[in-house]
Amino acid sequence: MTTRKRMHLAAHFPGVNNTTVWADPRAGSQIDFSSFEHLARVAERGLFDFFFLAEGLRLREHKGRLHDLDVVGRPESVTVLNALAAVTERLGLAATVNATFNEPYELARRLASLDHLSGGRAAWNVVTSSDAFTGENFRRGGYLDRADRYTRAAEFVATARELWDSWLPHSSGADGTPRPFVHRGRHFSVSGTFDVPRSPQGHPVVIQAGDSEEGREFAASAADVVFTRHGTLEAGRAFYADVKGRLAAYGRRPEELKIMPGVTFVLGDTAAEAQEKADVIREQQVSPQTAILTLEQVWGRDLSAYDPDGPLPDVDPDPEGRLTQGRVPLGDPFAVAAKWRALSEAKGLSIRQTVIEATGRQSFIGTPRQVAARMDEFVTEEAADGFILVPHLTPGGLDDFVERVVPLLQERGAFRAEHSGSTLRDHLGLPLPVWKG
Amino acid sequence: MPEPTRPLHLSVALDRPGTYAAEPYVEAARLAERGRFDFVTLGDSFGPPRRGRGRLDALAVLARVAPATERIGLVPTVTTTHTEPFHVSSALATLDWASRGRAGWTVEVSTDDREAAVFGRREAPDAWAAWREAEAVADVVARLWDSWEDDAEIRDVASGRFVDRDKLHHVDFEGPGFSVRGPSIVPRPPQGRPVVAVDATAPAAQATAARHADVAYVRVGNPDDPRAAHAVRAARGDLRQRARAHGRDPGGHGGRLVVLASLPVALHAAADAVALADLVDRWYTDGVADGFHFRPQDPDRDLALLVDGTVPVLQHRGLLRGFYPGSTLREHLCLARPANRYATVRETTVRETA
Repeated sequence: MTTRKRMHLAAHFPGVNNTTVWADPRAGSQIDFSSFEHLARVAERGLFDFFFLAEGLRLREHKGRLHDLDVVGRPESVTVLNALAAVTERLGLAATVNATFNEPYELARRLASLDHLSGGRAAWNVVTSSDAFTGENFRRGGYLDRADRYTRAAEFVATARELWDSWLPHSSGADGTPRPFVHRGRHFSVSGTFDVPRSPQGHPVVIQAGDSEEGREFAASAADVVFTRHGTLEAGRAFYADVKGRLAAYGRRPEELKIMPGVTFVLGDTAAEAQEKADVIREQQVSPQTAILTLEQVWGRDLSAYDPDGPLPDVDPDPEGRLTQGRVPLGDPFAVAAKWRALSEAKGLSIRQTVIEATGRQSFIGTPRQVAARMDEFVTEEAADGFILVPHLTPGGLDDFVERVVPLLQERGAFRAEHSGSTLRDHLGLPLPVWKG
Repeated sequence: MPEPTRPLHLSVALDRPGTYAAEPYVEAARLAERGRFDFVTLGDSFGPPRRGRGRLDALAVLARVAPATERIGLVPTVTTTHTEPFHVSSALATLDWASRGRAGWTVEVSTDDREAAVFGRREAPDAWAAWREAEAVADVVARLWDSWEDDAEIRDVASGRFVDRDKLHHVDFEGPGFSVRGPSIVPRPPQGRPVVAVDATAPAAQATAARHADVAYVRVGNPDDPRAAHAVRAARGDLRQRARAHGRDPGGHGGRLVVLASLPVALHAAADAVALADLVDRWYTDGVADGFHFRPQDPDRDLALLVDGTVPVLQHRGLLRGFYPGSTLREHLCLARPANRYATVRETTVRETA
């Protein structure tokens, strides 16, 4: 007999993308601690696995000026999560922290501190960055080759784990004894004595975000959770099979890596009402100004003279005209432009309507019962082990989901009815890492 | 109980090596808050554990304490030698947001070879070089805190703009061995700038204290030594003079410098607590220091006697307030909320071109 597969859920604090609707009258502060506390408490009430914070290390720029149409600014993740540990008891606390612009000793210490102070709820979403633009804020500055990003990240994680394992455990369960460590590698050459004993989870949970070939391999070798983005059931199933299939090569079992796509949702009393709300939200997310800016990102040209309610430009993209810094390009500009033109012509869409249509609709739209069923389907069909929910409103964006969808997931047996343990590893069903002294 | 007109400033160190759970720190901070201390400090370093006892990241501990307290200032040590100035600025600004305006920063350097070895990036600098760099880091961190004007967030639905980008500023800072472009990723914190503290005991640290500190500690080895009060008074006079040389008004509202005598305390009985109150009374009344930073030998025993023994005596004598008149650390310390240097620049430019 097989056990019913249950999903894992995480809450993503609405970030600095245009998916976060700041112009809504219900939209609250993006920086006051009360906003973080509200969302975290709601997630904990909903028995979520963890709360997730993204990171930014340079404010984005467009046409040489700061990008001002989306939410700008945010707090530093690890510090907010330490504070949230005071107002939550079971919720996992996941910080995105860059492996390029940090050093292993310091970050391993900060994460181990969070794990101690939260009683075993820390997670680290490892991201890498290569751009000189972000580097201008840091000592190390400069550019890191794309290939080096992941070798550095992998060595970073391995070094952090050596530090987390460096204290000789005490059989009585006491703090143990510090022992010297030495790491000599390509990216890091460090030695000394770590000053934090092994933390409640042994190692904080490691999350990897990114779908590239290197990212998948890195996840299979070193991560506990993958934060991915796959819109359709079919794409999700393919990704799931691919990544899980890579684990055996590292001596790992499929259940040792959880695959959690980032998803959005819109709820309504009827399917039609949910769809109407979804359309309104998309219009809020893509203001006339945002529509032009998005187009400029693809075209690489100043298109400020175009009418957002008029047709797409007939000029071709300028592939050299990189107008935007600090964000990931949308893809090959000619291909994207061709696709958007075709979409616009086929449906008779304006610039704004095209951008709304082409840049992603919400993942799950429907009644609470429809959304619960659809999410469950993704999990039972092996397209995901759970979801990282990205609400569009701060701080109340998760209220309805927890109020209306979570009970239905529980009723189906698709989600826990209580936290069975106290650490994030307990929630995720991950074993304590083996101590490698 | 009479309320003093010129407040006596008290702070206490929460250091407790070998403690890794949050609760003892939270309880100690709450106790210090009951004693109406201006702030608590927590030391930090990248050095190895001493006698097998480790320590957690100080800023992390005080961030954990923040939601569990209401008024008391939270002042972690954050070092500048091996850390990234941009991260230091962001973390402290975030502590200020999470504590609603109660964050401070004790600037410290790393001059030990063992601290350098855990980073493996550079040799350990000597104290003078390390503090020259620390001074530059304190400078750029304050600039990053100013890099957002207070009213930069506009949420103007008509124009679709979340911020007024003319009110966000690159800092374009060139320091010794580092540069920072800015602006900060974190909006300007509630206090404008969290309170900056420097242990000014070592000569190499004094230039940074005189230039950038709101609070300077002067360490006293043995408070019972008859020369101790004289040494603190002299150090305070020297720091204030150096601050004036930087155009500050150390006694006034703009550029105020609060000099605290940092004393080791070991209180074994109520009589010790009263004797300490006598010393505080004497030194403070004589103008030796603006207040005190206590460093307990035993974190539990000494803090309890400070709060239940020393503090009531000082309150009874009208030297110490019985409540917090303000809510931010700057308010406790009578420090003005600093004007934003970049806002001034723009207004001046507008005036000149008008």
